Amino acid sequence: MKQRNPKAQGLAYRRLPRRALILGGLQTAFIGGLAARMRFMQVDQADEYRLLAEENRINIRLIPPTRGRIYDRNGQIIGQNTQSYRIVMVREDAGDVDKVIAKLSELIPLTQEEINRAKTEMRRSAPFLPVTLADQVTWEDISKVAVNAPALPGVTPEVGMARQYPRYEDFAHVVGYVGPVSDYDLSLIEDPEPVLRIPRFQIGKVGLESKQEISLRGKAGAKRVEVNATGRIMRELDRQEGEAGADLQLSVDADLQQYAQARLADESAAAVVIDCETGDIRAISSAPSFDPNLFVRGISVADYRALTEDNYRPLANKTVQGTYPPGSTFKMITALAALEAGVVGPGNTVYCPGHLKVGSRRFHCWKRGGHGTVDLNLSLKRSCDVYYYDVAVRTGIDKISEMARKFGLGVKHDIPMSAVAAGLAPNQEWKERVHGEGWLVGDTANASIGQGFMLASPLQLAVMTARIATGRAVKPRLVRSVNGVEEPSGAGEPLDVNPYNLNQVRKAMFSVSNDRAGTAYRSRIINDEFRMAGKTGTSQVRNITKAERAAGVIRNEDLPWERRDHALFVSYAPYDNPKYAVAVVVEHGGGGSKAAAPVARDIMLQALYNGTPPLEAYPVADRDRIKEQQKRLEGDRRPKARPHEKDRA
Amino acid sequence: MSYLEYAVKSTPTGFRKFLYMNWPLTLLLISVASAGFLMLYSVAGGSWMPWAEPQIERFGLGLTVMFIIALVPIWFWRNMSVLAYLGSIVLLIFVELFGTIGMGAQRWIDLGFMRLQPSEVMKIALVMVLAAYYDWLPSHKTSRPLWVLIPVILILIPTAMVLKQPDLGTSILLLAAGGGLMFLAGVHWAYFAAVIAAVVGLIATVFNSRGTEWQLLKDYQFRRIDTFLDPSTDPLGAGYHITQSKIALGSGGWNGRGFMQGTQSRLNFLPEKHTDFIFTTLAEEFGFVGGITLLTLYALIIIFCMVTALATKDRFSSLVTLGVALNFFLFFAVNMSMVMGLAPVVGVPLPMVSYGGSAMLVLMAAFGIVQSAHIHRPR
Repeated sequence: MKQRNPKAQGLAYRRLPRRALILGGLQTAFIGGLAARMRFMQVDQADEYRLLAEENRINIRLIPPTRGRIYDRNGQIIGQNTQSYRIVMVREDAGDVDKVIAKLSELIPLTQEEINRAKTEMRRSAPFLPVTLADQVTWEDISKVAVNAPALPGVTPEVGMARQYPRYEDFAHVVGYVGPVSDYDLSLIEDPEPVLRIPRFQIGKVGLESKQEISLRGKAGAKRVEVNATGRIMRELDRQEGEAGADLQLSVDADLQQYAQARLADESAAAVVIDCETGDIRAISSAPSFDPNLFVRGISVADYRALTEDNYRPLANKTVQGTYPPGSTFKMITALAALEAGVVGPGNTVYCPGHLKVGSRRFHCWKRGGHGTVDLNLSLKRSCDVYYYDVAVRTGIDKISEMARKFGLGVKHDIPMSAVAAGLAPNQEWKERVHGEGWLVGDTANASIGQGFMLASPLQLAVMTARIATGRAVKPRLVRSVNGVEEPSGAGEPLDVNPYNLNQVRKAMFSVSNDRAGTAYRSRIINDEFRMAGKTGTSQVRNITKAERAAGVIRNEDLPWERRDHALFVSYAPYDNPKYAVAVVVEHGGGGSKAAAPVARDIMLQALYNGTPPLEAYPVADRDRIKEQQKRLEGDRRPKARPHEKDRA
Repeated sequence: MSYLEYAVKSTPTGFRKFLYMNWPLTLLLISVASAGFLMLYSVAGGSWMPWAEPQIERFGLGLTVMFIIALVPIWFWRNMSVLAYLGSIVLLIFVELFGTIGMGAQRWIDLGFMRLQPSEVMKIALVMVLAAYYDWLPSHKTSRPLWVLIPVILILIPTAMVLKQPDLGTSILLLAAGGGLMFLAGVHWAYFAAVIAAVVGLIATVFNSRGTEWQLLKDYQFRRIDTFLDPSTDPLGAGYHITQSKIALGSGGWNGRGFMQGTQSRLNFLPEKHTDFIFTTLAEEFGFVGGITLLTLYALIIIFCMVTALATKDRFSSLVTLGVALNFFLFFAVNMSMVMGLAPVVGVPLPMVSYGGSAMLVLMAAFGIVQSAHIHRPR
């Protein structure tokens, strides 16, 4: 039997306590190291880690602001936010997504496009986030979904806000429309606001909605929420309300606008009414128009094609974007330039034999036989071209161009609408710069009667007329007040033009629509209180060749529509105390006196009487016809049934 | 060979053995386990289910197992050592063939009422067999190469099998515990110096091989090492766990965020919060004070084990007690290093605290042997 005294068995046995202590020492040192590390992290660096933990935990979610509303000058609503219903789906609640979508599409109309878009969105987002399946759904469809809720797991109806334009076509070109932010929109904005990245957030795309986007949009609010690691919101910590967008009040009178729109009817035309005192735009209509609500909910390909393929270009805003040769409506400017330059006096005459040789070319008067001896008054009243060829050549283009700019032609007016055109009031320098050719005296002759290079928009013509009527630099004003704060008036400073000369021109314009020989006599106002001064214009869109002139100029009615002349008319009334200036352009409408002047007169009367005018304001001969027209327009102005509203709220 | 030389008469008998148990150690174990129950209650969002209640039941079972083992004389356990080792090897083979795959590795044997992890059993069996080996080996042979080779083989066989599962964490623990026991047994330090030099050389070679033609590790393995060394390079991928763990731990501060107020764990930013990362939750909710308290409890367990080991004259008792203590130390040291970002994420739970049955049962059994050694120490 071996002696087993554990503590007396040699070297290795004696080593045990020492080795145990060494190992114990190492362990203690390691534990000390762990404690030191813990102290470093939890005491020295605690603040940094606390911050990181808060960053993990707290998310900032944006609260989209309510978009500002748009009113007309009398407080009628033009752009508003209405509740819209949409159907959303939560992937994690739905289970078999495809099956549920298939079931849903049996109940309500769903396009393949909508389904694909929703599926893509679902793949990208967290499973507990709702994804919109169908937007702008009717109440009827919402009820169907609600009734069948048990068969449609994860599918719920939701209420949201959508833009709505209760005046439909009337304000499509003024207010424009909103739509969801596109990648293209974002690429245009430097450092876009985070609110723009909210899915389906709507911003102004065209018109006032786009130009006043910043004030209409308002400021997004934010809420701080606690989220878990997968991003699901656990609770709301606090919220900071945003700022609703500013309400805008337009200077436009919705009723007058509606009348103008109805009066232009099916023509491809534009009409602008300006308040001479304040520069307020009382009506600014472009026809034909379109329903902006179609664009808010996403226009169908067929509807869009119908709009783009229409010869009358419903999508173009002809009032500010369309520029036309002003034709004879420009003659007031040529006359004023000549009078101011002292080239002619009001009494000086020019003999019109029906044509004038300017440079090497013969320029014709619209009247083949000529007007004979013509002074200023007669030249405007009868719209004699030769008079203007003659005085313009003597005045020189630069002075005419300068006068045009003074009256608002060839300059861009600052109003918040899309694609506001500057038009063109050419001078010698311009032609040299743009065409690289010298100015010819023939160009001056063309320009003097508002042809050639000369271009003006209906808005510019209305501004020009208001400036002639008042002698002040009236500035157009579209937005009357923002959130109740009035915008500066557009009354303008007195123009640097001799009042005597201006008065001579006004007198002549009065004759145009009040003298039996005037070109717009047929479209006069016979109420003495509201006598109207005006000027017709007929601008050619084609060249009349020598051969054609010899054979007799083809009448407008015999030409294809797009080659007919533009009809223009500018006017202001009352003559002795100007209140409104009206400009009307009817594209390819033929003669200004026939196609444009009656429209302008009707709109003017509507504005002056602030409603349907009495028949007594019209010439006796016209009253029966006018009465019928009034009745018809009343009918047109009644709210029409909107076919698309039947299937989609 | 007999134990009769010991004054066996002086060892307590019957239920008097309870009085001679190492009660401070028992109380420490209960305290640590209670901390675990509290944290499991917290991470379940203030609920005893699904973790705290089963854990309490298992701890009760573990405590019973510990008492039973403690009452059996230590020499019985010494004689059982080889059997335990061989049995564990068989279990490891069994798990390799029929084991349940969990977390991408073949580790479990489903026993119905619980899932047994043979590698956990092997940790203790290895300590026992090595302690018995050195108890048997005459001391003058301890450092002879042949007698050094035998325990090395005993260590390497299970290590290799666990590594194949694959369970890198446990295999490293086996290696470290076995090596530690050989060190305690008095094997000449030159062997350890040689092994350490070889390992350092190997690591240096592996790193130097990167980007050369004879590259020793795959590219993705290198990337994992990179992620460990600097988790911020991959904050959403592999580095995510460790980054979130450090944030939770650091944000605890001095006093912590309060019981059940830890945002990182409550909002699921922490991975595996009821198992491997439970210490992070504790440190987040109870702060530096709480963390140090648990660390102190662990240190005290080690200290009481060492006192027991040094107080006994029996070599097997000393070695097995120190071995169990070393195993326990390696457990929490690796886990804590991991959650503090000092070691790579290898999947080692926090002993007595992390949710998990077999690891705790095996540990309690091991402490039963420690208690047995204490009760039956030669007096």
